[in-house]
Amino acid sequence: MKSVVLKTKTLFYLLLASVSLASIVWNCIPSSAETGAIPDEVDYNFHIRPILSDRCFKCHGPDVNKQEAGLRLDTPEGAFAALKDNPKAHAIVAGNLEESEVYQRIIAKDTAILMPPPSSNLKLTKYEIELIGKWIKQGAKYKPHWAFIPPQKPKLPEADKDWVKNEIDHFIYAKMEEKGLEPNEEADKERLLKRVSLDLIGLPPSVEMQERFLNDNSPNAYERVVDELLKNKHFGEKMAISWLDVARYADSHGYQDDGLRTMWPWRDWVIHAFNSNYSYSKFLTWQLAGDLLPNPNKEMLLATGFNRNHKITQEGGVIDEEYRIEYVTDRTNTFGKAFLALTFECAHCHDHKYDPISQKDYYRTFAFFNQVPEKGLFGTIDASFADPPNMKITTEDVKSILKFINKKDTSNVTVMVMKDSSKVRPTYVLNRGNYDSHGERVGVGIPKAIMPFDTNKLDKNRLGLAKWMLDARNPLTARVYVNRLWASFFGRGIVKTLGDFGMQGELPTHPELLDWLAVDFRENGWNIKRLVKQIVMSATYRQSSAITENHLKTDPENIFLARSSRLRFPAENIRDHVLASSGLLNDEVGGPSVKPYQPKGLWEVATSGRGTLARYVQDHESDLYRRGMYVFIKRTVPPPSMLIFDASNRDQCEVQRSRTNTPLQALVMMNDPQTMEAARVLAENLMIENTPLETKLENAFRRIICRKPKDKELAILTQYFDSERTFFAKNAKKADKMLGIGEYKRKDVKDKNATAALMQTIQMIFNMEEAIVRG
Amino acid sequence: MQNEFFNHKLNVTRRHFLGKAAVGLGTLGLGSLLMPNLFKGDENTDELPLGLPHFAPKAKRVIYLFQNGAPSQLETFDYKPMLTKMMGQDLPASIRNGQRLTGMTSNQTKFPLMGSFFDFKQYGQSGAWVSDLFPNMAKIVDDLCIIKTMNTDAINHDPALTFLQTGAQVGNRPSMGAWMSYGLGSENKNLPAFCVLLSRGRGNGQGVYSKLWTNGFLDSTHQGVVFSSGEDPILYLNDPEGTDKDSRRRMLDKLAELNHLGFEENGDPEVQSKVQQYEMAYRMQTAVPELTDLSKEPDHIIKMYGPECLVPGTYAANALLARKLSESGVRFVQLYHQGWDQHGNLPNEMPLQAQDVDRASAALITDLKQRGLLDETLVIWGGEFGRTNYCQGTFTKDNYGRDHHPRAYSIWMAGGGVKPGIVYGETDEFGYNIVRDPVHIHDFHATVMYLMGLNHEQLTYKHLGRRYRLTDVAGKVVTGLMA
Repeated sequence: MKSVVLKTKTLFYLLLASVSLASIVWNCIPSSAETGAIPDEVDYNFHIRPILSDRCFKCHGPDVNKQEAGLRLDTPEGAFAALKDNPKAHAIVAGNLEESEVYQRIIAKDTAILMPPPSSNLKLTKYEIELIGKWIKQGAKYKPHWAFIPPQKPKLPEADKDWVKNEIDHFIYAKMEEKGLEPNEEADKERLLKRVSLDLIGLPPSVEMQERFLNDNSPNAYERVVDELLKNKHFGEKMAISWLDVARYADSHGYQDDGLRTMWPWRDWVIHAFNSNYSYSKFLTWQLAGDLLPNPNKEMLLATGFNRNHKITQEGGVIDEEYRIEYVTDRTNTFGKAFLALTFECAHCHDHKYDPISQKDYYRTFAFFNQVPEKGLFGTIDASFADPPNMKITTEDVKSILKFINKKDTSNVTVMVMKDSSKVRPTYVLNRGNYDSHGERVGVGIPKAIMPFDTNKLDKNRLGLAKWMLDARNPLTARVYVNRLWASFFGRGIVKTLGDFGMQGELPTHPELLDWLAVDFRENGWNIKRLVKQIVMSATYRQSSAITENHLKTDPENIFLARSSRLRFPAENIRDHVLASSGLLNDEVGGPSVKPYQPKGLWEVATSGRGTLARYVQDHESDLYRRGMYVFIKRTVPPPSMLIFDASNRDQCEVQRSRTNTPLQALVMMNDPQTMEAARVLAENLMIENTPLETKLENAFRRIICRKPKDKELAILTQYFDSERTFFAKNAKKADKMLGIGEYKRKDVKDKNATAALMQTIQMIFNMEEAIVRG
Repeated sequence: MQNEFFNHKLNVTRRHFLGKAAVGLGTLGLGSLLMPNLFKGDENTDELPLGLPHFAPKAKRVIYLFQNGAPSQLETFDYKPMLTKMMGQDLPASIRNGQRLTGMTSNQTKFPLMGSFFDFKQYGQSGAWVSDLFPNMAKIVDDLCIIKTMNTDAINHDPALTFLQTGAQVGNRPSMGAWMSYGLGSENKNLPAFCVLLSRGRGNGQGVYSKLWTNGFLDSTHQGVVFSSGEDPILYLNDPEGTDKDSRRRMLDKLAELNHLGFEENGDPEVQSKVQQYEMAYRMQTAVPELTDLSKEPDHIIKMYGPECLVPGTYAANALLARKLSESGVRFVQLYHQGWDQHGNLPNEMPLQAQDVDRASAALITDLKQRGLLDETLVIWGGEFGRTNYCQGTFTKDNYGRDHHPRAYSIWMAGGGVKPGIVYGETDEFGYNIVRDPVHIHDFHATVMYLMGLNHEQLTYKHLGRRYRLTDVAGKVVTGLMA
């Protein structure tokens, strides 16, 4: 079905106008989680736990020091036990509302006994109270948390045979049917090509590639493109971007003086690992424990840099141990979030309020990462670009084992790596998380509720931890990774909270699909490219993104995927797109980070004045045109145009970026000299071609928007070009000034005014909504 | 049918605007105009009427004059003649009482007490003591509420600054200004709700970093926007060379036509939102340069702030700009003036730092007052911790330095809801420990939020399963310093 459209322009602008009114009365579309009919069968995992966790567990949950009135509601034992204050009464009596103190308290009129108490600022809705009531009536059956039960491969649901392309589609189709939705038709070839190219390599398809695909009518034309992209050297770059967020990769140490660090060879390794299709099990093991493998080679050691990417202080006068503990804490929290999607950090100072992670558990996991022979303060500014333990990378290495490192000269580069001291450093529970407040001594371990860590079978070190992660019974490892990868293709995870699979996280929208993918991924050797291909080959992925009336009514957030989502590019890919579509891109892979154009004075005004990064020294020539992921990240002053487009500041592990739409973004797209220069260079190149104007405009449009313009669009472009040419004819100096933007060598064009007008037109195409959205 | 569909789109767009927070909300702070998807990420918003205060606010806007590096309380507002009397004698262990020390003085065997090199006098009705370094602030002392009992947990700059700005020493949490933007929105549709101005003095400096004005886990629309003294007051604000307002307008009109065609095909409400953003950017391009142009300020204003206020990027210029931004409805203006880290050479560096800020800080108060704005503007002046009452390193008669001290230090507040002409709290004779009315960083945050009409326990944001607050899990509103 084609999308229903508004017929007139007037309506469009009317719509804009009304949107900007501050106070309008409207009918809010309620979220399905909050209302609707009470289900026949109330399920603890899907209906009750989210409510209890959010509103009750903070005071009646797993934190043993905060169980008010001695009551915990997160376990059946706790909920059914006699109350401490009144042994005749019980919090929950299965099947009996009158005798269930919990129910009586949540419906109480008397605020003195009402739960949650008004002082907590928490409330239960009528719907939630009804749900709890029905659950108690039905027997108050508790179930283990879904994410801690190892996934099983479910049977494929029935689905429309004509539509499905692979297993994924069975699950998506079944859910769609349940919700009364029908899948969109397949996207047109041009949009599909842009989508898959952006998603797999983060770059637009060239006009030649567009032509080739449009003209290829063979049944496996799309698959051929997919295979080509999976082999492309830029695939690893695209995949690396989100992993660099997870690993909080940056080019400076962070903290105040913020000196240079040289971890970029580690970044090159990540790209190499994805390009070489290392299995996720290898990818994970080498990063967590490459140094502990038998006879580790330099590549394995380099991979362990993952755990040294945290910030490091260079502030004279800090207390060494305070910061050493800080680094171990960062590693522990990152481990929890990156690999298990659990908020470990909440158990740093006390037992977790919602999840079964005690403070003691936290320090047991902490013990794995507490063995590094390192200092909190190795030295002040520029004392070291890579604090010990570290590893020197020589030209010899780059010729042999580390061929993938893009080392530019003969000097050695040093990277931080992991190492365990020969003698075990004792680990203590830190009271209230304070570095100098030692509690009980603990050995290594992991919260039992996830899956016990058997110290008889596993090494008591990070290698043991990696093996534990990859055990077929581990309920989280595969689910978490599969979910995160899914989100990068659909804009939303099957579990929406990519970083929280705990009690407070969202529930999976397609639990069977998640489990199927997780088990399939593990059973097939944790093969990342295979998983990516599975996703992009699905009919689900290939749908058109057109939004219909029915979509907006039934599924405005596109949870059920009856269409493809329109997604704005990640920050780095916006830069890539501008450079690639204009022909300016230097597509070199890896190497030291670069410093392209940046507004003047940003580093200088914020610096303490110490160190080599006190001043921003811009690069020149081909280094100006490297991909966005290679732009130098100084943590205290991250590249502004990246932050404006929601990139991570790399302060700590981040698994999910927001996707905003702001006026500052409009300013970047309109006025950043990088975009202007790209428009200028493309305009010059098109002008020296001996082609009619229409061809030039169409070519520019196809390079940037990645489809042929419609007649109406071409007409608008032509009108605009004409108006600008008239303008520059009267303002020839302005044309010359505009054509002077950027350091890229100017071309000798005959008609400067026309070139400037074309440049403006291209600049307008760059600013089209569709330019940086993959639909 | 078409009308129904039209309404439907409108609803969906509004949903994008407001997420769940929309339930039962009639009006909405103008901030959402500048930031249409202010409330996006709907799983994260609790059902609070964001964009509105929780109760009647005493102040509508904040100007925070941050003295970065930590000015010594003993040379500003906390007069301790005892230190002069006992000059050179060792800090009694009973007074130090287990206080941990930074790595810069922890190896010292002696902790010689050090009195202020600068004299103090009493001023105003309140009779508050002010050092000779701040003659202009001394003159307006009856407008100030001096707090002598600020205290913090951190002893190093980075964690202390981060703590003061975000309520936690580590972690990527939202800054105070971001919380205000989130809770109250902006009063001006052409300006960001949270603006940051940077300057640097001649004293030993500590850098500032973007994490101090970060949105943390809040939507990035709440990020502090740095106004620079360079050609672009806001990054990428100016049209590129060769274009002007008219040509920009022509482009935006054609661009809207193209986007409209796209919308016809994809039906995505985000397209409309995008067109809106471009229009707002266009308005900012006019509004911001007008605002940041200080050259048109009348003479008496220039005189008041001092001639330096015409030099872009100075503290004086930023103080004047802060008044203009605030007057235009910017919710939170945050200044940072670097250079207050006097580990040594204090007698030479502090006068230079004081010279930078004394006149303009006082002028800001007077200026707001004469405009009738002081009542609704909360002005805060101070650093991230205090300094030791003993000398770092060896001291001579005319040269000494002071290390970091977390247990007690002085700041002042003025305007919006604060009791003028009082000195709040008291330290011991050594200026080392608090003897009465401590104000911890969490209390300070709770109080500022209260003055802005926000309950610090209610303004929360659910992120990765936890409801976060600026005050973490602590903080008491300090009623003793309220008007």
